[in-house]
Amino acid sequence: MKVGLFVTCLVDLVRPNIGFATLKLLEDAGCEVVFPSEQTCCGQPGYNSGARELSQELARKVLAEFKDCDYVVAPSGSCSGQVKIHYVQDLFRDSPDAVERKEFEKLSAKWFELSDFLVNVLKIKSLPAQFSGNVTYHDSCAGLREIGIKQQPRELLAKTGCTLTEMNDAEKCCGFGGTFSIKLGEISTRMADNKCVNIAVTGADAMVGGDLGCLLNIEGRLRRQGDKKTRVYHFAEVLAGMTDSAM
Amino acid sequence: MQVQSMFFKESASKKLNDAVLQKAMKKAKSKFVDGRAASVATIDNWEDIRTHAAALRDRVIANLDAYLIEFEKNAIRRGSVVHWAETAEEANAIIVEIARKNAVKTVTKSKSMVSEEISLNDALEAAGVKVLETDLGEYILQLAKEPPSHIVAPAVHKSKEQVAALFVAHHHKPLLTDISAMTREAREELRAHFLAADMGISGANFVIAETGTTLTVTNEGNADMVTTIPRIHCVITGIEKVIPTLEDFATLIRLLPRSAIGQSIANYLTLTTGVKQANEQEGPEQMHIVLVDAGRTKLLGDDMQSMLRCIRCGACMNHCPVYQNVGGHAYGWVYPGPMGSVLTPTYVGIENAGDLPNAATFCGECQVVCPVKIPLPDLMRKLREKQFDLHLRPFSERFAIQVWAFFVKRPVLYSFASRMGARLAAWMGGREKLIHKLPGIDGWTDGRDMPAPEGKTFKELYRKKYASRKTNP
Ligand code: SF4
Repeated sequence: MKVGLFVTCLVDLVRPNIGFATLKLLEDAGCEVVFPSEQTCCGQPGYNSGARELSQELARKVLAEFKDCDYVVAPSGSCSGQVKIHYVQDLFRDSPDAVERKEFEKLSAKWFELSDFLVNVLKIKSLPAQFSGNVTYHDSCAGLREIGIKQQPRELLAKTGCTLTEMNDAEKCCGFGGTFSIKLGEISTRMADNKCVNIAVTGADAMVGGDLGCLLNIEGRLRRQGDKKTRVYHFAEVLAGMTDSAM
Repeated sequence: MQVQSMFFKESASKKLNDAVLQKAMKKAKSKFVDGRAASVATIDNWEDIRTHAAALRDRVIANLDAYLIEFEKNAIRRGSVVHWAETAEEANAIIVEIARKNAVKTVTKSKSMVSEEISLNDALEAAGVKVLETDLGEYILQLAKEPPSHIVAPAVHKSKEQVAALFVAHHHKPLLTDISAMTREAREELRAHFLAADMGISGANFVIAETGTTLTVTNEGNADMVTTIPRIHCVITGIEKVIPTLEDFATLIRLLPRSAIGQSIANYLTLTTGVKQANEQEGPEQMHIVLVDAGRTKLLGDDMQSMLRCIRCGACMNHCPVYQNVGGHAYGWVYPGPMGSVLTPTYVGIENAGDLPNAATFCGECQVVCPVKIPLPDLMRKLREKQFDLHLRPFSERFAIQVWAFFVKRPVLYSFASRMGARLAAWMGGREKLIHKLPGIDGWTDGRDMPAPEGKTFKELYRKKYASRKTNP
């Protein structure tokens, strides 16, 4: 089974550890992982800023890079939503090129968000990593509402032996929203604030999520408010036992 | 109403620091959001009803002309006069003329968002007609001289104490602290006006083609008084509010109050079909129905068309994390929240809507709760595309996208630039690994630190670690 790894532009730039954790999880489960090195970005920042043609160009680039893979896996619900939903249902929905449209449908079908892939495709039974902390999980919007990521990461986290304490409004947006976090920074900060309050109430040692954008946003607000203690992890880092090298 | 949407960002900033508003918004959120969730949970085929309702509304919009003509025919048959207004000015002129012709001095009004769109009260007052809002929320706002901040609960931004002070100032009675006592006092104030008004003006949640009926959904019963007591009843509503049959109303009313405030049914469903007939005791002598376009037909055949499905329940704003934090006034026109971010640019022009299409994280909650399945995030994204194509966004933003585009399309350059970027930012993060200020993204660093990158990109680490591996599939 040839699995293409799409690390996402954020992970590549900011926190490669998440990429290596993903790689480890896939390889431990017996996948043959390939990493196309020309990959850059799924195009979402441009797409959500109204640059439609540009995002179509990038979509074609992604399509070409993973043509020969049986599956593609990304440690992000947001980028996965972009590929699985927006490429097909919007960007190429009315494309006159029927062959290309089919190709994008195929890409959508073989593309998985990491936790979904581990649970529903690989059906992994156990994880070597142990994590003994008290964690709380933030549901990222696109993962949750576009591609149905909810139970998968929780199921996997449970296998590490950690305690999961659900926060209030776990499904509420943290305020990241890509460029929104800069364009309307003050509102974005308030939304992150609300999230931080809900995290604090749980008393968790670590806040875990599945999209680096949200993690940076939440961690950034926690630190600004002087919380140096609450750890912020991608679930891949926890599952792979790679939280040490994470920040 | 004058459009102030260009100032969304500034206005939102003020609202974020308005303690009274923040408290009111928190209260509203738990009432509307939890209320809706509980009430929707009692319906086992909720999703089927939504799907059905969306299709029903689509069918109406695709055949809008035919249904409107059918409505007109049946309304006339029951003695109503149907007026068509293409613009806000025309709608105001029609109603002012009805008032003038009939020597109307006083008007009682039940809630109508279309009348807010066109500033009907101002037009009537200018013509010497006294207008009294009878919906409790609208009444409060009329006293406070403020526009509504929500389409269902117009005074949701006000605290009990603010309302009590308003009542003291206008009713000249002792200060009240109990909400039901305040409601009673307002009711007493309104009663005499209900009986004396020459004309009643109401909005309509729907108008029904097969019967020529106009229909108002309220919780206070004020629409009953407005529509039946005065000798003239004038209905003002948007042309998209038509639905084919009473049966269709039965479907939509399952969705509307539940989505709006978690009620299984509203307290009053006021159906008015024509004037008082020979064998009837009650009802107006004249009934006028003003069907307003004011920008709506622009959406027909456009990629915004699905917005015309909207049944004005307010669920999208109630659930919107942006709205929940800034309230409705920040949006700068009649319609707040996600639906407002679509309606304002489409009705009053995208060049007047400023940041509204960008006032969303695309979290998708609005789309999930919308009872007629309007893909609000997709519509907002389409508006962003229009803004981008029309060069309506700031230069810095366009420039940033262009720079980004240049690199992401060129993997080799991109790898190089991201390696440099990662190193630089890691260095800036220092030992704490946090960047406190990053020029160009002040919007972020004003309120948050930026966790610094590790320092090397995944790509370069991967290449080093797995030098032997092929990197192409
Ligand atoms: S867009 Fe949908 S959720 Fe929002 S007010 Fe209209 S019908 Fe209700």
